Amino acid sequence: MLHFIDKKAFYPAFRTTIPVLLGYLAIGIAFGLMLVSAGYSWILAPIMSILIYAGAGQYIAVGLFAKNAGFAEIAAITFLVNSRHMVYGLSLMEKFKQAGKFKPYLIFSLTDETYALLTTVKAPEGVHAGRFYFYIALLDHFYWILGGVIGALLGSWLRFDSRGIDFALTALFIVLLIEQYKCCKNKLPFIIAGASSVFVLIFIGPANMLIFSILFSVLLLILLKGAFKNDETC
Amino acid sequence: MMKLADVAVSIVIMAFVTFFTRVFPFLFFRKRKPPAIVVFVEKYIPPMVMLILVIYCLKDVQWQTLPYGLPEVISMAVVFILQLWKKNPLLSIFCSTALYMALIQSHLLEKLLK
Repeated sequence: MLHFIDKKAFYPAFRTTIPVLLGYLAIGIAFGLMLVSAGYSWILAPIMSILIYAGAGQYIAVGLFAKNAGFAEIAAITFLVNSRHMVYGLSLMEKFKQAGKFKPYLIFSLTDETYALLTTVKAPEGVHAGRFYFYIALLDHFYWILGGVIGALLGSWLRFDSRGIDFALTALFIVLLIEQYKCCKNKLPFIIAGASSVFVLIFIGPANMLIFSILFSVLLLILLKGAFKNDETC
Repeated sequence: MMKLADVAVSIVIMAFVTFFTRVFPFLFFRKRKPPAIVVFVEKYIPPMVMLILVIYCLKDVQWQTLPYGLPEVISMAVVFILQLWKKNPLLSIFCSTALYMALIQSHLLEKLLK
């Protein structure tokens, strides 16, 4: 049954994705638990994880479902939370050009972690690069779906007090933030974003905090453009 | 709580919006190169948005009321320490979340600070 998998591409891809396996299981399980604790069927977890495939977005979705948010608000928040994905494609255009039939799925499954792996990894000798990237993206997606299913089933079978489990999202963001901080040479973006968010929280309040913080940050970023050197990595 | 039919519609909306954010550069910058200011801003959006998202998670914390946001602060510190020390996302997320849940379910800090 597995003879259509190119082993020379698959096993190296699997090894590359082991760190993501751990992370996605952790937050996938928490997501599944959160979802069923909010009163939804466990089957919604794999459905969301297959179709949406966005950790932060899916977590926030549970909160939006709970408060019966309107479709416009759901669309807006999903867009804002996932807005960082818009820049991922820019750095992967060249790599995806060679990916052929795998390109649509590679674009669909572009998450923070898959992006991080794809930008740093190199296909092993004699292996089709597109297929190698495809296996990486597919495995990451699978881990996320698996985590959600495990969490949802666990939550359905065991009655347990899940208050506070949404902290897993905060924890995930912090982990991602640490990665960003380490690889971004210039720390000014963090000062800009931190100052903007705190300012918005104090003077505008928690509602719509996301859009205003992003807007102010981008504005400040453009104003302070001179403080950035052209060739630094971020 | 949202009705199942509305949940289904919401999921479809979220799927499309999410996919849109991912396919965006491939749609708009296929033929022409993006202008320099766009490249500049987009380079720094991921780190900025990451910090904004962390603060977003804290937006509803009641800093002036017992327990003054201490469960969040303590659990966040645990994430930082564990992640910088062991570099294992599963460990960092699991331990800090378990601690946070224990702190708020047991109301330990409220009892200690009263």
